[in-house]
Amino acid sequence: MNISLTLLMALPLLGAAVLAALPKTNGVLAKQIALGSTILVALATISMAIGFERDNVNLQYVESHPWIPSFGINYAVGLDGISLVLILMTTLLAPIVVLAGWNESQNGRWSTKTFYILILVLEMMAIGVFAATDVFLFYVFFEAMLVPVYFLIGGYGTGERSAAAVKFLLYSLFGGLLMLASIIGLYVLSGAQGGHTFDTQALSQLQMSSTTQNLLFLGFFIAFAIKAPLWPFHTWLPDAADSATPGTSVLLLGVLDKVGTFGMIRYCLTLFPEATKTFTPIIITLSVISIIYGAFLAIGQKDIKRLIAFTSISHFGFITMGIFAMTSQGHSGATLYMFNHGFSTAALFLVAGWMISRRGSSTISDFGGLQRVTPVMAWAFFFAGMSSLALPGLSSFVSEFLVLVGTFTRYPVAAVIATFGIVLAALYILIPVQRALQGPTTAGNENLPDLTLRERVAIAPVVVIILFLGFYPSPLLKVINPAATHVISQMGFSDPAPTQLGGK
Amino acid sequence: MTFTAPVLNYAILSPMLIVLAGALIGVLVEAFVGKALRPIVQLILTVATLLLALVQVFRIRGSESLSAAMGSVVFDGPGFLFQAAILIISIISVFLIADNENFTALAAAIPGSAEEQAAIQQGNKVTEVFPLTLFAVAGMMLFPVSSDLITLFVALEMLSLPLYLMAGLSRRRRLLSQEAALKYFLLGAFASAFFLFGAAYLYGYSGDVTFSGIRDSVVGGSGNDIFLLIGIAFISIGLLFKVGAVPFHAWTPDVYQGAPTAVTAFMAAATKVAAFGAMLRIYYTIFANAEWSWTPLLSGIAIITMLFGSFVAIAQRDVKRMLAYSSIAHAGFLLAGVIALNKAGLAASIFYLFAYGVATVGAFAVVTLVRDSAGEVTDLNRWTGLGKRSPWVASVFAFFLLAFAGIPLTSGFIGKFSIFSAAYESGAQGVVIAGVLSSAVAAFFYIRVIVLMFFTDSHEDATTVVIPSVLTRITVIFSFVITVALGVYPAPLIDFINKFATFIR
Repeated sequence: MNISLTLLMALPLLGAAVLAALPKTNGVLAKQIALGSTILVALATISMAIGFERDNVNLQYVESHPWIPSFGINYAVGLDGISLVLILMTTLLAPIVVLAGWNESQNGRWSTKTFYILILVLEMMAIGVFAATDVFLFYVFFEAMLVPVYFLIGGYGTGERSAAAVKFLLYSLFGGLLMLASIIGLYVLSGAQGGHTFDTQALSQLQMSSTTQNLLFLGFFIAFAIKAPLWPFHTWLPDAADSATPGTSVLLLGVLDKVGTFGMIRYCLTLFPEATKTFTPIIITLSVISIIYGAFLAIGQKDIKRLIAFTSISHFGFITMGIFAMTSQGHSGATLYMFNHGFSTAALFLVAGWMISRRGSSTISDFGGLQRVTPVMAWAFFFAGMSSLALPGLSSFVSEFLVLVGTFTRYPVAAVIATFGIVLAALYILIPVQRALQGPTTAGNENLPDLTLRERVAIAPVVVIILFLGFYPSPLLKVINPAATHVISQMGFSDPAPTQLGGK
Repeated sequence: MTFTAPVLNYAILSPMLIVLAGALIGVLVEAFVGKALRPIVQLILTVATLLLALVQVFRIRGSESLSAAMGSVVFDGPGFLFQAAILIISIISVFLIADNENFTALAAAIPGSAEEQAAIQQGNKVTEVFPLTLFAVAGMMLFPVSSDLITLFVALEMLSLPLYLMAGLSRRRRLLSQEAALKYFLLGAFASAFFLFGAAYLYGYSGDVTFSGIRDSVVGGSGNDIFLLIGIAFISIGLLFKVGAVPFHAWTPDVYQGAPTAVTAFMAAATKVAAFGAMLRIYYTIFANAEWSWTPLLSGIAIITMLFGSFVAIAQRDVKRMLAYSSIAHAGFLLAGVIALNKAGLAASIFYLFAYGVATVGAFAVVTLVRDSAGEVTDLNRWTGLGKRSPWVASVFAFFLLAFAGIPLTSGFIGKFSIFSAAYESGAQGVVIAGVLSSAVAAFFYIRVIVLMFFTDSHEDATTVVIPSVLTRITVIFSFVITVALGVYPAPLIDFINKFATFIR
């Protein structure tokens, strides 16, 4: 394979550069170029995924060039199974978002082309953040990503968009700066132990006292917990998701927030194995609280976008729980969950976005009887909802099941409580489905148009992926499993043998 | 009694001599060149002088000497870097100074008097600002290479006096400008007095005014420690005043606000390099062995300065005052580099000074562009919607703000990282944590300005943006390019600084 990660990152940037050269007035051409670039990136990623050696636990597609040699900083990228899956998710979602949100940039403060430049730059940085194997490089992408998202929310969102954008940015910056302190700590430690470096592999070999390790761990973890978002660091998310355009929300919840959970695996676990063990009980508790809390608040929401945001908090609870359960099923499940959550959230947000733009309202009670008026849109929403509540046969079921199984072997109580999250999921999905889709047609909805061809084309791949992986998840699992097992075994854990409850 | 003829190493002194000569010629130009030609002649002369001095500094970059002027001037790697940084920053800001309609027509006239009106009508221009700048630059260049307390004091006055004058030259709101100049002068005089007082004690402690003599006494430890402590304390007050550290910052907001913006840009950027240069030399060489006596206090001042600057900046409604408080916070970050007291700290401080200085000049240059019929508009409430009306100006300003906030891919981030890591390495974790937290606070007010510019709909009394003239454009473009380049690929400059960043003693 001759596609390198650098080339993969250069493609969206190239698209952005072409867009920048365009005149402002030609919005349609801008959209076409953006769509073309994202499709090209997706194809390139797929070809990289095909060339990926699944059983090889070492990093692949490795590139490393000195960037700031006197600090030991390298431009170093590489892929393992986990990062490959997440990059694949990012690049597959990008063209879908562009196509689905064809008219999203209309209500923005700036031109259409600026919107797509921001999206493309964001895509490039998202690839970079997952591919980086140098902690400094990771941090650079991690922080720089905030800027395009900030402008996407603040410039093209609705409602209290600038307040939401600022809240999002400040929360993330605060976490990021804590992480910076930890990164500096690691840098200084590495300098004292054989030379400054930011190489993830080398840093994981550092010797440190347990106090140091705990403090540095917290710096990373809080940053990721804000990003993910884990209860009680979640308060920025509903506002951001409420104000952002549906497409931006998909990128925000589907891609950006995954950086948090990805970072937990890549950095918290591998760099600070001892501290991870110390904090695991607390984190598992926070995850369970997130699952239940997010679900309860989702049930209580009247606004459809906020509802989806809270369901995500619940889902991120599952992911975090799977990560910190320290079993290979848990890990595989969590990684698969990240991928699936990307698509099921995309489905929910995009269809919800179409519903909202047609109705001009995002309050659930304003809808009703859509099943009769706009059958295709209603079915799409129903399908997205089923995927969100992890109906067997859809992709989320596989990952949620793996997470629960993986957790149960080590933390049975947490797993049992989390299972209630599934029951609550049925409630928070079925209530809006019932109110919005079924029942009598609410006044004002009689003439809503159904999905256009463009929208159908955009949602179709999401539906196909969710269905396909629901029945046949093994292509992805074969990529994820070796990486997940590798992480677990590196930390010195082995899967506990399954025990029968009450038996011997 | 016999006199020894002083031996001067002219090669090493040449950059400063060039600048001084340029300044003197500038005074002659004021006297003999016609009014119409003066601005352009002065600009060419000033830029040529600074460029020549810069070339000369580069030519002598490898040389090291403890006795360039009979033990009064020292030249070494850091000395070279400080001088080069001061010259580059000065060159960038001179274009801004040259562009300005901001200087009063007749500085000597009473504000609002008939004399002033007449001068305005005649199209008078205050071109003496150019030689003043050059005098200040010469003082700034001498400040970080002085190696005895007397020369240090002379350099301090030499850089300060022209700046006091320049602060009072504003064309509009002249009373405010003169008030700023007077405040700056009075507080500066106090600081100078403190400085001299400290110098006297250090002389009493060591019986010597040269840095090497004082250092020997500190290392030997034979003197009276009380004298040493009082000396360190009062010298530090003088220096901390110049860098604007809390609690000696009180002049900063008023002077930044009142002075003509071009002067503020020059002063904020170049003075900081000079003052921190001298400070680094003094703490790293003379007082290094008395570390126990000053690091705790200086750490405290650094932490207070960072937090105070960041928190108070939130409440500002005037862009120049906000930048003033932000410069206070940055002084706190730079103090972390002084406290680090290791080679990494020195290199990081130099990088930070340069990067911050360039971004500061750029940011103030943008401020000069936002005007209404009565001149510059610095009230932030009237910056609303700037992003809509002048996207480029607003974007560039936003970029400088992000650099101040230390967002990756800007020079500010690399600076912040390197200075914090040096401080952490030296064991000053408390300072690093305070720095990180105040960065988070600082991000808030930088972002608020971005929100105002881009996400708030404009008022009716909207301000216009002046189409930047070629000169201001040069300033903005240079600052912008350097800020981006140092953020994306800082390795060459960092390596270059590392090669030179060792004080000779």
